[in-house]
Amino acid sequence: MAITTAKNNLDNNTKIIELVDVCKEFDGVSVVENMSFYVRKGEFITFLGPSGCGKTTTLRMIAGFEMPTSGKILLNGKDISHLPPNLRPVNTVFQKYALFPHLNVFENVAFGLKQKRVETTYVDKKGNSKIKKEKIPKAVIAEKVKKALEIVDLSGFEKRSISTLSGGQQQRIAIARAIVNEPEILLLDEPLGALDLKMRKEMQLELKAMHKRLGITFIYVTHDQEEALTMSDTIVVMADGSIQQIGTPEMIYNEPKNTFVADFIGESNIFTGVMPKDGQVRFCGKSFECLDGGFEKDEPVDIVVRPEDVEIKPVDEGMLKGKVTSVIFKGIHYQILVQCGRYEIEIQSTSAPNVGDTVGLIIKPDGIHVMKKKFRVNKFTGVITKRNTVEFGDGEFECDVTQLYPNSHLDEEGYLVTAKGEKLDLTDTEVNVEVGLHDITMSDNLDEGGARGNIISLIYKSEYYRYIVRTENEEDYVLACEDLWNENDLVSLIIPKDKIRLSLKVAEGGKQ
Amino acid sequence: MTKTKPKLHFSRKLLAIPYALFLAVFVVVPLLIVVYYAFTSDDGKFTFEYVRVFFDKNGNGLKGFLTSYNFKTIMRSLFISFMSTIVCLLIAYPVAYIIANCKLKNKSTLLLLFIVPMWVNFVLRINALKELFVWLGTYNKSDAWNIVNTIIGMVYDFLPFMILPIYTTIIKIDKSYLEAAKDLGATPAKAFVKVTLPLSKAGIVSGISMVFLPSMTNYVVSNYLSFRNVKIIGKLIDDYFTGDLWHDGSFISLILLLFMFLVTWLTGGFDEDEQTNTRGASLW
Repeated sequence: MAITTAKNNLDNNTKIIELVDVCKEFDGVSVVENMSFYVRKGEFITFLGPSGCGKTTTLRMIAGFEMPTSGKILLNGKDISHLPPNLRPVNTVFQKYALFPHLNVFENVAFGLKQKRVETTYVDKKGNSKIKKEKIPKAVIAEKVKKALEIVDLSGFEKRSISTLSGGQQQRIAIARAIVNEPEILLLDEPLGALDLKMRKEMQLELKAMHKRLGITFIYVTHDQEEALTMSDTIVVMADGSIQQIGTPEMIYNEPKNTFVADFIGESNIFTGVMPKDGQVRFCGKSFECLDGGFEKDEPVDIVVRPEDVEIKPVDEGMLKGKVTSVIFKGIHYQILVQCGRYEIEIQSTSAPNVGDTVGLIIKPDGIHVMKKKFRVNKFTGVITKRNTVEFGDGEFECDVTQLYPNSHLDEEGYLVTAKGEKLDLTDTEVNVEVGLHDITMSDNLDEGGARGNIISLIYKSEYYRYIVRTENEEDYVLACEDLWNENDLVSLIIPKDKIRLSLKVAEGGKQ
Repeated sequence: MTKTKPKLHFSRKLLAIPYALFLAVFVVVPLLIVVYYAFTSDDGKFTFEYVRVFFDKNGNGLKGFLTSYNFKTIMRSLFISFMSTIVCLLIAYPVAYIIANCKLKNKSTLLLLFIVPMWVNFVLRINALKELFVWLGTYNKSDAWNIVNTIIGMVYDFLPFMILPIYTTIIKIDKSYLEAAKDLGATPAKAFVKVTLPLSKAGIVSGISMVFLPSMTNYVVSNYLSFRNVKIIGKLIDDYFTGDLWHDGSFISLILLLFMFLVTWLTGGFDEDEQTNTRGASLW
């Protein structure tokens, strides 16, 4: 309902802001990668993602606090990528409000208006028409500030000093300070993060109403999926600096594009399975009817089932049978866990079975969401040892540490010398390790490779077999091989030195 | 066997006792002694004699006072302090601002460059400066040069005391305030004037009181750099006390105290408000 009314705000399909292939790096570390999307005029769009996913950086690039490393930002079709923030018709509500502590409420709200110069054309004595830049008259400023304070419900607070306001009031002043300038776009950087739950819920609705009333485009950043679902017309789900999915809240919730989105938005059961044919999917040892298709025969897929799409039936009517292990009352529904063999399935239902009951479960075709399994390379985290080898995935491999620093080399003692001539001891450095599917080979000779494990799965992929090898400590290697091995074979894994790609692990949380 | 020990009740108020004792012994009592000497004669009787001597030594009224040696010394002292403070501020603010905003990792090393000179004995430093003036030919060249040299010496000596509090306040300013100002349409220059400057006021005020007041009394600098030709209020007091005129010296000390209160009051040092209280910034 809320969505359809909000849509009326949208001015057809006018793109107010558009990002084209925007990338951002901090000190060589990529934070935002090839970001492309547009925002329609009057839209309430939310960037949603875990911390460190690049959502705040994207917002800061739109505001002008960060310049994109490459790519373009277009505002009404004009390139503003390198325009300083003070020249952009955009205002920001900051995460910690950033209200000026040395100014009172009125002065804070009026700050933007006092900076503004209005161009007026006039005719001078000689009859030439000239352009004059004028300050906004004080009376006009006072009137506008008064109105802005009315909008945020804080009339009469003009003389108060910032330090005497509560968190919620400061939040409202921060919003008033931004909207008083009548920006084309209002940017909100996790504005409700510092408020308590009740206040946050209230402000969500108020912001939504304010958006409707003002007709300004809102770009909102949050890591709270519920907040995003409540408020937005459009949600942009982000992870690791790139967009995972763009869509309306319904689309994102009901048709998640991948397991990340499914897992991040709402509760979900995620299974791995195969698709024998269109409309049929096999997981949990059973075949289910579904609505998806278009996969290769027997392609491994991820399956997402929302807890509310699982129905509890008497034992003989269910497709799956299991034992209820936990029932928790959550207010409007019960959260029920059912153990079906190896799988634990989460269910939401308004009626609850007893713990220990054996129940049958059915999942209707439209409750099953099948998505392509995303797998490109093996990713591990590892540590560099004293001998300049790298330990990861339950093994130790020779590697080329000079790739960590461009133009570096090793000296005779084994220290890394950077391009600038700095000597580094890399012992115990944490690194990210990536190894391609085709770069790992298996051997019978258990001492030949850097790690060893048992083959736990093999899938024939027309040109090759795809194997999963699991080590003693449950580290999985995925590899491709043309020869046929048997399941449960104990093998050792060989990775050539030049196929191990290393990158420095960057501490999280520094920059978002 | 368990014995219940009487619990030691250690209230936090007790922690204030050493400070209160220190304050009483080293601040309040000496002050009272100074006041006592200023208003008593040699035989211990209360008198306004030294007030009269100071203001109206020869019975010529206000005109006499305005041309008196004491008055001129106080005026000269104020002028030197004022100029030293201004010059210090003009040098210290940009230095503190640049260090606080530079992108170097080791800002403290840079800051240390300005503090290290303080580790060398200051009499030695001032002597070195004197030799420099001698070499330049400005040493004791004229009365004006003597004053200029004294001001240079004061600035050299007190500059770190101005840089440190200003640096401390600038580095503490949340960068989001500047971003907010720019977001609201302020140019970088406007953002500096409207945000950085007012928010670093505490440091400026603290720096001023740390330079202005000591440079009224630091007569080592003026003695060395002016061939004892520039006399400041500190030297005046010294002269009275070394000349065994304790009562006169005490009264002038009270005059100096008055200036200290005046400066503290003018810079808002007595404000109750946490936000504008400037003394916090001196806690570096």
